[in-house]
Amino acid sequence: MLLAAGAAGLAPFNIVRAQSGKLRIGVLLPKSGLQGLIGQSCQKGADLAPSVIKDLLGIDIELMNADTETHVDTARTRAERLIQDGAHCLVGPFDSGAAAAIAQVAEQRGVPFIINIAAAPQITEQGYKFVFRNFPVASELVRNGLALIADLFRATGAAARNAVFMHVNDTFGQANAKAISALMPQLNLPFRLLETISYDPAAKDLSVEVAKAKSTRADFLLLVSRLNDAILLRREIVKQRWNIMGIVSPGSPGMYEKQFYQTLGKLSEGCVSNVPWFDPKAALTKSVDAAFRKQNPRDQLRFHALNVGYTFEAILVAADAYKRTKSTDAQTLTEAIRSTGITSRMMLGGAIKFNAKGQVEGNLSACIQNQGQQPVVVLPKPSAEAKPNFPWSEYRRA
Amino acid sequence: MNRRGRSLLALLGLLLLVLPSVADNYVLSLATLFLFFAYTGQAWNILMGFAGQLSLGHALYLGIGAYTSAALFSHFGIGPWAGLWLAIALSSLAGVIIGFLALRFSIAGVYFALLTIAFAEFARIGFDHFTWVGGSGGLFLKVLQREQIDLLNLRGTPTVFYYVILTLAAVAFLACSWLMQGRAGYYWQAIRENEEAAQALGINVFRWKMLAVIISAAMTSLAGVFQAFYYNNLFPEQVFNIARSIEIILGPIIGGIGTLFGPIVGAAVLTLLADSATELVAALGWDLPGLKQLIYGVALFLIIVFLPHGIWPRLARTLKVPQ
Amino acid sequence: MPADFINLANVTISGVLTGLVYGLMALGLSVIFGVARVVNFAHGEMMTIAMYLALILFTSVNVNPFVAVLPVAILFFFIGYFLQLNIIQPFISRPEHAQFILLLAVAIIMTNSTLIAFGPDARSVTLDYLLESVEAGPLLIDRGKLYAALIALGAAVGLFSFFRFSLTGTAIRACADNWLGAKVAGLNVQHLYAITFGLGSACVAVAGCMLVLLVELTPAAGPAYTLLAFVIVIVGGLGSMNGALAGGILIGVAEGLAGLWLAPSAKSMFSFALMIAVLVLRPRGLLGNKL
Repeated sequence: MLLAAGAAGLAPFNIVRAQSGKLRIGVLLPKSGLQGLIGQSCQKGADLAPSVIKDLLGIDIELMNADTETHVDTARTRAERLIQDGAHCLVGPFDSGAAAAIAQVAEQRGVPFIINIAAAPQITEQGYKFVFRNFPVASELVRNGLALIADLFRATGAAARNAVFMHVNDTFGQANAKAISALMPQLNLPFRLLETISYDPAAKDLSVEVAKAKSTRADFLLLVSRLNDAILLRREIVKQRWNIMGIVSPGSPGMYEKQFYQTLGKLSEGCVSNVPWFDPKAALTKSVDAAFRKQNPRDQLRFHALNVGYTFEAILVAADAYKRTKSTDAQTLTEAIRSTGITSRMMLGGAIKFNAKGQVEGNLSACIQNQGQQPVVVLPKPSAEAKPNFPWSEYRRA
Repeated sequence: MNRRGRSLLALLGLLLLVLPSVADNYVLSLATLFLFFAYTGQAWNILMGFAGQLSLGHALYLGIGAYTSAALFSHFGIGPWAGLWLAIALSSLAGVIIGFLALRFSIAGVYFALLTIAFAEFARIGFDHFTWVGGSGGLFLKVLQREQIDLLNLRGTPTVFYYVILTLAAVAFLACSWLMQGRAGYYWQAIRENEEAAQALGINVFRWKMLAVIISAAMTSLAGVFQAFYYNNLFPEQVFNIARSIEIILGPIIGGIGTLFGPIVGAAVLTLLADSATELVAALGWDLPGLKQLIYGVALFLIIVFLPHGIWPRLARTLKVPQ
Repeated sequence: MPADFINLANVTISGVLTGLVYGLMALGLSVIFGVARVVNFAHGEMMTIAMYLALILFTSVNVNPFVAVLPVAILFFFIGYFLQLNIIQPFISRPEHAQFILLLAVAIIMTNSTLIAFGPDARSVTLDYLLESVEAGPLLIDRGKLYAALIALGAAVGLFSFFRFSLTGTAIRACADNWLGAKVAGLNVQHLYAITFGLGSACVAVAGCMLVLLVELTPAAGPAYTLLAFVIVIVGGLGSMNGALAGGILIGVAEGLAGLWLAPSAKSMFSFALMIAVLVLRPRGLLGNKL
């Protein structure tokens, strides 16, 4: 009784919203809860999209924002609500658990869902017809990341013989760890892994883990982490006087985020992350950067490169499909998305083209190094903004 | 129950039955959540309201139920109707272990609560490393194409799941009602009111408390099975989380512990509250993440301070319906 | 010395030091429960707010946490006093679950207020000189942990002395031992309970100021600390002050060793197993009084 009354009472909002003729895109992101920081970062990419897309494609889009609160139940009900309120397609949600929940809603309602960031491979393996993902799956991410490490060593002449691999023990970390152990034997890399150490994502103290890593006497640290642990680890490395060549990530967040620089200052220098990134030389990147600076005058795009870039591209895909079909009908829109072929894009990689499972293959990573307390593209050479600098000056062979 | 109560109950039942045909999918998803928490709240209430033991780790049984049925389905292709028996068995076993430890070693009150938290956390971290069911990477179930209904494997539209959870909640309600009026109910009430006196009267306190633990655990595990097949993916971090345990107990405490309708009223109020808070924040146009949860917390605070016995007893008096 | 032994020694020392800081946090909880029999489920959230306060003092007026400890502790004493007297007092006679929900609601309000006020960014206080470890022979001791542990120890000693030697402290202990008797003797029990809660909160504030030097701070950090405080207090003995510190050290060292010898990602499993074992085999904890 109460629920029905409540819903009826809320109906007026529905009527008002259903009347505009634009493409309405539901944006689901975790803006509170544990992933709040990243969700808000992605939101910046969504916020600048309408103006950039208006300039680029000449069409109007309307965003309908929702907070998934880093909670699966909320993600599901919010997705239902957005569709109820007239969203023609959904974009989001950064978190793999929420992505899986929203994917089902999208599939049930026949509304296209474009995933901006989520690395769990299973989501595009479950046989959905309405779910698309423009982000590399863990194995692709890691393959690109590891290859870039070899490139980095070649470019700088660093002769690293071995590494110790540390990873956070959560969904993302485990997916990466699995991919690395599968790919290492295939890839013929110049270094080998001495040991793998996984740590608790909620750990407040990583001194034991670093002590263990230090005793392997490895040349460098291969790291898959989140922001907090990356900061803890970097400090711990200094405290324990572990003079490695450097820290290299084959594809994880943390070391290129603003707080990393703000908290660590000059200690952040030289850390390398091989992650999907925008192409600094691409025209679209420049447009997005301009829009970003207008909306966030005290911030820089490069601190949100991944989050903003992929969120923007997800919305771009939707807008592009709408432009081609001029229809907001779910089935038509979905088929249009399926036949997407965007070549002029912002992120590094081939064209945005979905395979039969709704997955884009060919998203590339760049080698990002912390220089001057900001993330700078150092490889691949054609897109590089600066030269790579490896190893750290404090390096002492163990 | 008097006539007025019976007619109100019938009205509620009718409304819930026809909801899918009048409400949209969003309201349906909210209703599904409401029924889920009404059901788990009812299950938890048996242990707390009837046997007087505060369990703060009930997510343990949810998780065992969910993972057992999901693992059986994804590794062996065994459907949920068969799988749920093993889920109940394992969950009851966990309940027996916890119950035994607690009762044999006289762990009560806040200590018992902490014991249950420890077990749930232990399971959470344990399953994070349990690679056969996906570890922290999660366990994903294969999903069918839309509009296809496969009741045998519990695959289908949201409406299907709504009726499943409605049935579960209704059965739980009836079962609790039956239990309360029977010998079990009287013994539990006696134990709750004055354990020593009950023991002196010859009631086997140990056995009846154990029974409460096992029934509560078994019922909760069914909700876990439902959760596995409704969401189709499980992460130990979410399934065994203490936040989940807290969500389960909020309903009955707000609604009224020890009463039949308490968990239902509580679950309804909380679902409505959460949604209203979101709508309020959206209507005000303030983009302030965390505001909705803040409103939720304040409402919770006000309810517990001004309605210490829960909403239902007050509501029942107003509606002139016996509790 | 063989590398393994050095590692072991380093890990153990580190465990003892962090254990002392967490022990202080748990001490606050233990004191509150031992006297007022309130189970403070908002403990971790209170510490998180103290941490944010120390952070603001550092970033805005450049007061480092070692100095900020005193004003923050005093502030929290009054906050705790107020909280107990006005909000929690009526709940003391109510059943546990009601207390629990009350403090849970308080915790939710605190967590989300900090989220709204500070945003979700992770922050911490970095003092460069703390990155220089102290050398003791072949061992490396984390300077930050060392100083934090010393202050925590100091605060604990201060608290012990208060309860042992001061008149108010003795009165509080009387309340804890025999509430009715204390009332009969004319003690203002409510006021003393409030003082106790204030002291417990001050402990948590000191611990928070120290922790902000060692860890990353986010608004969602609270619940994990609450849980940790409970584990320590159960193992050490609910209501025993020595127990809280001893429990802190024990858990700190145990987690460190579990991380060193077993899988680091499972080290908290070990603490929970320890808590279960204590609850079953010796519920009063290591140093607690007989229940």
